[in-house]
Amino acid sequence: MESNNNLIRLEDLKKIYKVGETQVNALSGVSYNIKEGDLVAIMGPSGSGKSTLMNIIGCLDRPTEGKYFLEGEEVSTLDKNKLARIRNKKIGFVFQTFNLLARTTALENTELPLLYSSTSKKEMMEMAYESLAIVGLKGRELHKTNQLSGGEQQRVAIARSLVNNPSLLLADEPTGNLDSKTGKEIMEIFKKLNSEKKITIILVTHDSEVAQITHRRIYLKDGQIIKEEQN
Amino acid sequence: MNILRTIRVALRALFRNKMRSLLTALGIIIGVGAVIATVSIGQGAKREVEKRFDAMGTNLLFVRPGSRSFRGRHGGGGTYVNLMPGDAKAILEKCDAVQYISPSVSTRAQVVYGNKNWNTSIYGVSDKYPDIRKWAVEDGIFFDENQVRAGQKVAVLGSEVNENLFEGADSIGQIIRIKKIPFSVIGVLEEKGESGGWFNRDDQIVIPYTTAQRRLLGIIHIQSIDISAVSMERTTEAVEQIEEVLRIQHKIAPGAEDDFNVSNMAEIAEGAAESRDVLIFLLGGIACVSLLVGGIGIMNIMLVSVTERIREIGIRMSVGAREKDILFQFLLEAIVLSVLGGVLGILLGVGASRLISIIAGWQTLVSNFSVVVAFFFSGIVGIVFGFFPAFKASKLDPIDALRYE
Repeated sequence: MESNNNLIRLEDLKKIYKVGETQVNALSGVSYNIKEGDLVAIMGPSGSGKSTLMNIIGCLDRPTEGKYFLEGEEVSTLDKNKLARIRNKKIGFVFQTFNLLARTTALENTELPLLYSSTSKKEMMEMAYESLAIVGLKGRELHKTNQLSGGEQQRVAIARSLVNNPSLLLADEPTGNLDSKTGKEIMEIFKKLNSEKKITIILVTHDSEVAQITHRRIYLKDGQIIKEEQN
Repeated sequence: MNILRTIRVALRALFRNKMRSLLTALGIIIGVGAVIATVSIGQGAKREVEKRFDAMGTNLLFVRPGSRSFRGRHGGGGTYVNLMPGDAKAILEKCDAVQYISPSVSTRAQVVYGNKNWNTSIYGVSDKYPDIRKWAVEDGIFFDENQVRAGQKVAVLGSEVNENLFEGADSIGQIIRIKKIPFSVIGVLEEKGESGGWFNRDDQIVIPYTTAQRRLLGIIHIQSIDISAVSMERTTEAVEQIEEVLRIQHKIAPGAEDDFNVSNMAEIAEGAAESRDVLIFLLGGIACVSLLVGGIGIMNIMLVSVTERIREIGIRMSVGAREKDILFQFLLEAIVLSVLGGVLGILLGVGASRLISIIAGWQTLVSNFSVVVAFFFSGIVGIVFGFFPAFKASKLDPIDALRYE
């Protein structure tokens, strides 16, 4: 029975890579559900498969076996183009290394996802300005990437991830390249986005402090979920 | 993503790295500039030659002694004595496609006026010389039929000789000495300017051929016959008629070779135009090779650019760019780059050909056709050489791309 506020349903996900002659089992059967409005941390040592899991949840990759349902729709077998559409409309990414375009303004960076959906130039600007205001960058919209501090760049990245009103936000070690004070500020933004705007957020991290703001933590080891903890 | 937006994205991406974009386009810029400049030089030269030939008249024919295979150098057929004034008369009487004739002899001589001395070419011609050569008298008059028949010692000066001997003073009616023989100046030819840069047509004196034969050279034969056909269309007919008449005049047996040759100005003009065309194509072809090299340059730089922007491609894909969005973007960047390069190259080529015509004095002619061809060619180069890098970019895996250092 489909619970109608299950944003994500993972059924026995497996991901196998062939590296030359050897086979690598990055994920060996992950099953989990995430509800709308959840704030979840995926944790584990490197090699545990958390990046692989994030890539599949983020529709950047497809599982070798198993099923992935996003908003009730099975996306595990969709082709590249359809996955791209979903990434554009429903998912926002925040990376450890910010991944902004160089020599580009905060505004243009934020607008980037809108370039690939049919939005008028006017709408693009309005939505981008709004998004940047939410993350506290009002007034800095026309600064170029190299004129922004690390914390500000990550805020731009978050604004970009929000601009298309996605259902899901994925953050991979969002504070990994920031000092602890700035890191705390960024985590506050995530907390606010989840509590005020009810955006579902999944954080992939090995930092306990980052995981503190979440409702729940999932621990991965050797491609499987070994533990679940409520905060 | 629509075309206009993609173009804007492409332009923005190109401007982000102005230096690299400029270096990439450099091959196209130089290639197109070279095509435009070289073709314009070739076209200009061709036009110049055409103008000269037009001025001379394309119904112009020359008869020279000696068969084609033994023909001497220009103006030199002097060792042959088989061409006679009677031949010229026969041609005029019997060839209805012929309008005027002018038997010719020539030599060089020392000319004296007062204390001025000048060595120049002396041409002995008939009274029809101005009509055949389309060369009018600017001052005074040309000699007439009677004066030719009488072998009068009258002379018409070329403008250069006139200037050198009389320095602006009126020469009409004055007596000059050619090889110590007194001649009365009756006219001055209009200035024609240099012909092809190697001889000055205004540096000559024209006298009746009869006078030249008797007084200056002591010969009874003539060295060539200038002939004008009735019309350009009947020139070939005229040639046939002349050859027929001369074979009879010279009693040449059927099947034997001509002991003369008839040159057709129109054929010469066409031949020159053809060889110029070949030259233009050759120059253009070489320049096109450089355009090709420019295209390969674009492809290489775009490949490098793709490699340098792997992260960027990954970012775009992560926010929803599909394969074809990436393909279009990079392809359009290549096209925009090469078309902009083409436009700059056209400007460069036009500027260069202007500069060359000012500095070297060569005439240049920029043809609209070559501009249009260059423009389209640069666009095609962009499409062809930009496709492979764009394709490679679109096939990147987003996860690998995002991880790229």
